[in-house]
Amino acid sequence: MPVLTYVEAIRQGIWEEMERDPSVFVIGEDVAEYGGAFKVTDGMLERFGRDRVIDTPISESAIVGAATGAALMGMRPVVEMQFMDFIACGFDQIVNMAAKIHYRWGAKVPMVIRGPSGAGVHGGPYHSQSNEMWFVHTPGLKVVIPSTAYDAKGLIKASIRDENPVIFYEHKFLYRRIKDEVPDEDYLVPLGRAAVRREGADIAVITYGAMVWTALEAAAELEKEGVSLEVVDLRSLLPYDEAAVLASVRKCGKVILLHEDTRTGGMAGELAALIGERAFDDLDGPIIRVTAPDTPVPFAPPLEEYFLPNAQKLMAAARKLAAY
Amino acid sequence: MAEAKLTPEQKLAMYHRMLLCRMFEERVYFLFLEGRLPGTIHQSQGQEASAVGICSALDAGDMITSTHRPHSHAIARGVSARSLMAELFAKETGCCRGKGGSMHVGDAGAGMLPAIAIVGGGLPLAAGYALAFRYLKQPNIVACFFGEGAANIGVFHEAVNMAAIWNLPVVFVCENNKYAASTAVEKVMRVKHVSERAAAYGIPGETVDGNDVEVVYQAMVKAGSRARAGDGPTLLELETYRFAGHSRSDPGHYRKPEEVAAWKERDPIARYEARLLAEKVLEPSEMTKIRASIELELETAIAQAEQDPSPKPEDCLTDVFAS
Repeated sequence: MPVLTYVEAIRQGIWEEMERDPSVFVIGEDVAEYGGAFKVTDGMLERFGRDRVIDTPISESAIVGAATGAALMGMRPVVEMQFMDFIACGFDQIVNMAAKIHYRWGAKVPMVIRGPSGAGVHGGPYHSQSNEMWFVHTPGLKVVIPSTAYDAKGLIKASIRDENPVIFYEHKFLYRRIKDEVPDEDYLVPLGRAAVRREGADIAVITYGAMVWTALEAAAELEKEGVSLEVVDLRSLLPYDEAAVLASVRKCGKVILLHEDTRTGGMAGELAALIGERAFDDLDGPIIRVTAPDTPVPFAPPLEEYFLPNAQKLMAAARKLAAY
Repeated sequence: MAEAKLTPEQKLAMYHRMLLCRMFEERVYFLFLEGRLPGTIHQSQGQEASAVGICSALDAGDMITSTHRPHSHAIARGVSARSLMAELFAKETGCCRGKGGSMHVGDAGAGMLPAIAIVGGGLPLAAGYALAFRYLKQPNIVACFFGEGAANIGVFHEAVNMAAIWNLPVVFVCENNKYAASTAVEKVMRVKHVSERAAAYGIPGETVDGNDVEVVYQAMVKAGSRARAGDGPTLLELETYRFAGHSRSDPGHYRKPEEVAAWKERDPIARYEARLLAEKVLEPSEMTKIRASIELELETAIAQAEQDPSPKPEDCLTDVFAS
């Protein structure tokens, strides 16, 4: 089976959807000749032409709004945000227009807004954010964050075929750092379904995105100390897989909620509430969050390292919880 | 370009449609005062020539986008008084099944995207719709209504520029009614006309009398032909005035009574009525008949809307996602 990087898998997924459905098109800044800032759309202009690979002005509101208008006509736009930080410039069109159209009057908005998020590459405050919770708090959107190349392809394809606006977060740290076996045939990874990345017995670590790899690294280390972590990759944050979260918590009795996003109002808080409401009797210890602090993402490597959760921080929390 | 010739039937149809807009708004105003409708309303008395002049120049497959002041746009485009009234009454039979209200009315099947009550929000949608028309090789255009207040929000610049660089089949229709809520246009804009801004995008801009339905119609025919021919968008500014306040709670104290009175002298319906009577297109006896038929239409719509079922409370949970 071919081995692809995360970025190649996303490209292949979009490419296959454009081959099978002429209503799929790509729109964004520098996506045509340049192939996108991270080369996700590299080669698409030559294959699919200018009508389907559309370079835009730096106008995020108009890009999202135009994509929404086209989606209302039955097209399936795939919008690239050059960095997910810039999505703030298109916020109104996402949360007030695209997200609410089906509820307001029943029309479908099949659209994907995708782009790179996340830290670890010294991008500083405007090129490193994990701002997924802006959209998780917006009914009508779906929010997807793949952690593997296999999932990246299957999830982007499923997102393009979904009848709703999907915000698709790609972790830029993973683009060229991870590789998977990725079938070069058609397959989908369903939205809203988590995956257990590692079976364990003592502590459930619920996470997503690049932190899945951090959790797996910590799990491998802690196994040597006799602490067994189960690692659950949410893959979708809205809607999210409540059953998978609860099953893992019930199995292990202890839980750590891990994410790269900042602490207050993060996904961990939502999961803690779910677990408190629905699995309280199954808990053998406090619900623990391991997250970034409530600050912007700093640039200087020592600052950024302090900001980001890592395997050492997770292991420290896990050791303490295991001893509880 | 030669002016399009209007037949007596077309003229009467425009007059009838404007009168329906006006009488709908007047009826709705009293329904609110009587406490029979929930929420708020943004009324369009005085702006009927703009709505009807534009929509009368559209084809069946064309699309309009509208604003927080959408009632006349909807009626002008042919959305039924019945489905509008039911939405204002918050009934399940309304054009948004009671999930939108006054500021969301519309019917894509009738050629009007349900209205967009975020100022300026409809401009990029119109561009996207036009982009899809072109990709799908449909010979249609989009008329995008917005107020002069929306010309100051960033997305105006983004969307007009995008439509201009791609020559999209869209006409940007600015209804300049002089006030953004209470704020006079002179306080927030250095240029005299919104249409002057067209130069910045390399597209034609034109300001016309928005209270003369035939002038509006002719301007839209011209801009529409240009868009249909693949020559791109036009920024069309219609000078008009709203007789009512911004919303139900606004008595409009920020406007001088003389100013309001002067604009009421230019009432688009009274003007057109006088002209059609002079042209003998309209007979006084016919006026009475038209008014009576509109009254009946509105009373029927109200009676039906009042009897219609409300949405079930738990319908709150449906339609968040499409499947």
